[in-house]
Amino acid sequence: MGEGMILKIENLHVKYGQVEVLHGINLHVNKGEIVTILGANGAGKSTTLNAISGLVKVSSGAIYFEDQPISKVPAHRVVELGVAQAPEGRRVFGTLTVQENLNLGAFTNRDGDNIIQTLGWIYELFPVLLERKNQLAGTLSGGEQQMLAIGRALMANPKVLLLDEPSLGLAPILVKAIFKTLKEINEAGLTIVLVEQNARAALKLANRGYVFEVGKVALEGPSADLLEDPNVQNAYLGGNH
Amino acid sequence: MEEFFQQLTNGLAVGGIYALIALGYTMVYGVLKLINFAHGDLFTLGAYLGLTLLTSLGLSGHLGTVLGLIVLAIMVTGFVGIAGALLERAAYRPLRDSHRLSAVVSALGASIFLQNTIMLIYGAKNYVYPLDILPRTTLHIFGLPVPLVRILILTASLLLMAGLYLFIQKTRLGTAIRAAAIDQGAAKLMGINVNQVIMIVFLVGPGLGGVAGLMVGLYYGQVNFTMGWVYGLKAFTAAILGGIGNIPGAMVGGLLLGVIEALGAAYISIAWKDAIAFCVLIVILIVRPTGILGERVADKI
Repeated sequence: MGEGMILKIENLHVKYGQVEVLHGINLHVNKGEIVTILGANGAGKSTTLNAISGLVKVSSGAIYFEDQPISKVPAHRVVELGVAQAPEGRRVFGTLTVQENLNLGAFTNRDGDNIIQTLGWIYELFPVLLERKNQLAGTLSGGEQQMLAIGRALMANPKVLLLDEPSLGLAPILVKAIFKTLKEINEAGLTIVLVEQNARAALKLANRGYVFEVGKVALEGPSADLLEDPNVQNAYLGGNH
Repeated sequence: MEEFFQQLTNGLAVGGIYALIALGYTMVYGVLKLINFAHGDLFTLGAYLGLTLLTSLGLSGHLGTVLGLIVLAIMVTGFVGIAGALLERAAYRPLRDSHRLSAVVSALGASIFLQNTIMLIYGAKNYVYPLDILPRTTLHIFGLPVPLVRILILTASLLLMAGLYLFIQKTRLGTAIRAAAIDQGAAKLMGINVNQVIMIVFLVGPGLGGVAGLMVGLYYGQVNFTMGWVYGLKAFTAAILGGIGNIPGAMVGGLLLGVIEALGAAYISIAWKDAIAFCVLIVILIVRPTGILGERVADKI
């Protein structure tokens, strides 16, 4: 693994039953970067994140986190190693309170002082969560639930944060706010892998991007280059403006 | 008035036992969405193990009645809990990713296996618990007679339920169990070892069922190898009544079913006792399939 690389995926194949959905993905993430994965529905973006998190079985290929192979490590151990995910559709625990959700995020974190410190930081990033800390998560709005999902992932004190479509179903003004917070989180030292359909916003935030097409990497490069790429513009940015 | 009070206290004692068994159904359903049909037989196992340990170790002779019974209950809980965890490992974990019906069939098979194992070991005859273990005295509350046994049974089951409730609500592991019951995938992303959570559920649920078996032995004085079938069905009814998957629901459902059944047997007909309990099941499924405290609609088993 190269210098400064924190996450590396080599020739990753994943099958759901008989159907192969990832046909050899190669991808790397450097320490401190924001990397975005773009692509249409069914391109394999979420599957890639879930393979990293250990939620789906890898049929061949390798995933390295800090030089350690993790493709066979069970999901709960991956979190302990330092990779947390805010999953697609938020998946907050709706019948538990905001506070309980955040505490669950810190399940692997045994350091009490650190938990209190991280919690303070999350409430700073998302003050609305502090206001609603005793409310059931299911009663929050979509945007607040997304903030909770991100906050919950941060509670694990990860080195890499995987985000699966944080903009899904949110009003543009909320997307803007959340992306601004992601920038802050990144500046605090966290590496971020961001799966998005909102390509323009994602590329503006990220250092580099990958474009997936039906389970393969179709394009990759620095965000600025991808934003200028005519293929990307036509397919994901609504043509030339 | 006196008869009503008699039936009420009897119903509460039996209801406490139903509730303890119902907790096992509801906890397993909560995390696996599976009805553990072998749960009734684990309850039977508890009743038989209790009898064997009681007669062979003579604990109440060595340690005194109270301490002896507590040690006995802990041993029964432990053994039946381990049996439950082994059952999960052998009969359910290999089918975790298969169609749900496979696990249901496996549960029915496990039930038959356990019941017949108990019959092979102990034989098909009824066994009688030593009668002198629990004091047969009767207390008078507001001038109304109540056998002490009922108060002991009800108190013990309420204490166990309170303990379980605190464990689920207040501890780190309990929160993990609740999280895994809501969304296993998301729970894994929190760093929760879901396999371990399921194992703990299969330790605790059958453990409580085992103690309930011991209580039935002490209360009624007689056990046989098919007793788990009826108690299992009643407790299952109680779990549905309270809302399957809901822990306070199983407690409420158990106590309520015990009381309904006792009053029905007294004022309608004793011969209709079981029919009344199962009418409750039918009515609740028609009128409120989510149960008293349940919020989720129970899917097909």
